[in-house]
Amino acid sequence: MRNWLLPEYIEDILPAEAARIERLRRRVLDLFEVWGYELVMPPLLEYVESLLTGTGHDLDLRTFKLVDQLSGRMMGVRADITPQVARIDAHLLNRAGVTRLAYSGSVLHTRPQTPAATREPLQIGAEVYGHEGVESDLEVQQLLCAALEACGVRGARMDVGHVAVFRALVARARIGAELEAELFEALQKKDIPSLRELIRGARGLDAVSREALLLLPQLYGGAEVLALAARRLPKLPPVTLALATLKRLAKASTIPMSFDLSELRGYHYHSGIVFDAYCEGVAGPVARGGRYDEVGKAFGRSRPATGFSIDLRELAGAAAPVKPRERILAPAVRDARLAKKVAALRARGVVVVEELPGHEKFRSELGCTRRLAKQDGAWVLVPLTPQPPKR
Amino acid sequence: MKDSISIALSKGRIFEETAHLLARAGLRPLEDPEASRKLVIATNRSDVRLIIVRASDTPTYVQHGAADLGIAGHDVLHEHGGAGLYQPLDLGIATCRMIVAVRNGFDYEDAVRRGARLRVATKYVRTAREHFAQKGVHVDLIRLYGSMELAPITGLADAIVDLVSSGSTLKANDLVAVEDIMPVSARLIVNQAALKTRRASLQPMIDAFARAAGGGQ
Repeated sequence: MRNWLLPEYIEDILPAEAARIERLRRRVLDLFEVWGYELVMPPLLEYVESLLTGTGHDLDLRTFKLVDQLSGRMMGVRADITPQVARIDAHLLNRAGVTRLAYSGSVLHTRPQTPAATREPLQIGAEVYGHEGVESDLEVQQLLCAALEACGVRGARMDVGHVAVFRALVARARIGAELEAELFEALQKKDIPSLRELIRGARGLDAVSREALLLLPQLYGGAEVLALAARRLPKLPPVTLALATLKRLAKASTIPMSFDLSELRGYHYHSGIVFDAYCEGVAGPVARGGRYDEVGKAFGRSRPATGFSIDLRELAGAAAPVKPRERILAPAVRDARLAKKVAALRARGVVVVEELPGHEKFRSELGCTRRLAKQDGAWVLVPLTPQPPKR
Repeated sequence: MKDSISIALSKGRIFEETAHLLARAGLRPLEDPEASRKLVIATNRSDVRLIIVRASDTPTYVQHGAADLGIAGHDVLHEHGGAGLYQPLDLGIATCRMIVAVRNGFDYEDAVRRGARLRVATKYVRTAREHFAQKGVHVDLIRLYGSMELAPITGLADAIVDLVSSGSTLKANDLVAVEDIMPVSARLIVNQAALKTRRASLQPMIDAFARAAGGGQ
């Protein structure tokens, strides 16, 4: 009998951690709200056609699918909330100007994204639609920094790439889709030996393109990388623009920032910067984001978009420990004055747990540190020793 | 965050051929892993240690961040898939070839031409699947963990996919190589997140390996 075991990479979140995560979630959502981001709640599942549009390439195999009994159509459980929010902006809100949206919820992955990852990440994020310039990229990065700070993470840092650089090089060299995919693969792994071989075997690549493509996986590090890229990469307008954007972000950043011009995560739908945030205590990124101006097009309205999402479970591992709230035990006594006292404490936000008759001996399980006791006719708070002496 | 660097590598061939690279990169193990039973070996640099793993586990240790760097054969990396890893450097050591071999006298070309369904025994399931898929040959893969040369002899399989360096094991078992799949050599692998967050300590080590391996080819 192992009926209560959960599927692999699926887990319960137990009280202590649930409290931590929920505290962080509220803190981050409150922050989004005061920055002017409106909360939306997209559905858990929808037709795959809309769910996989735009980002389809990367999400298809990660999405759980089922057949809708009402329509006979294929539905998917969201593997990412971002495309849903893009759909809401493009089709439902239909605003002409800038729209700022926030969301939070579970997503489901058919396979864990990294070997130790859960298949049910808790995603929380913010997106800006309708603005093309670097200012909105800056805003979301600053919001992310503020969110990380609000959660008390230490050693936050950001790694930023820009997909337009590789895209421009591919366009300049008129590289076909197949070779582009192979180059992309090699760049993602910084697999310089394979890259060298691919470039050697490619026909019609001129020396400038060869040199630029080989240089790309070595363009990572601090701001000096941007200067090196400006010197050594061909001066194509998209490249120059991308480097200017990155420079601007570097200048504005309040946390250490590194750059990686061969970081092409989400290459198929990202169109500008891509970034990962790291912090102490978590091996992988806690937040990822970037610009994806083309996603809305699939929903009939092309809208520039930039934003990020945080994995709340990962973040909870790095966030400053939250002090658990004090819990007060109220005895199993029917007393109008006690009831009033309990109500008053709860109204102030104090946790009061009422004991139920016959359960006095399990008191220690309730995690209370003080209890309400009657002294001279009034209910007052007295310390509760873990194992209360018998009286 | 820890500033020490862990390098995962395997005993045997990889270690033997890495030793001189390590020396040229200024690293000297304080114990001989071939003689010692210790799995964590300190080096002359107090901030660098070697972790002795099974060859096929090297990418796993680095992917999970249990080691920051690793030295793994291209064969092992190809099987692993390389998720979460950077592979910036071909070290040019532990070189060999991944091949298809059959029993002497088995007409491989003819079997392929006829569109026969081949039984292939191998430790390198992913590599074999990709290779035969690319050729458009139907195969049934039999996963083995060692002594693959036995499979064609005993009739377990028609062909094997395996590594050869000198070819003497094949010859001794009356097998012949009929197809080259890819050349194999050892690569330096790096945990992706580690390189992004701790570049200052890892990059000099990567550069040292690049110089030791001959200026990155």
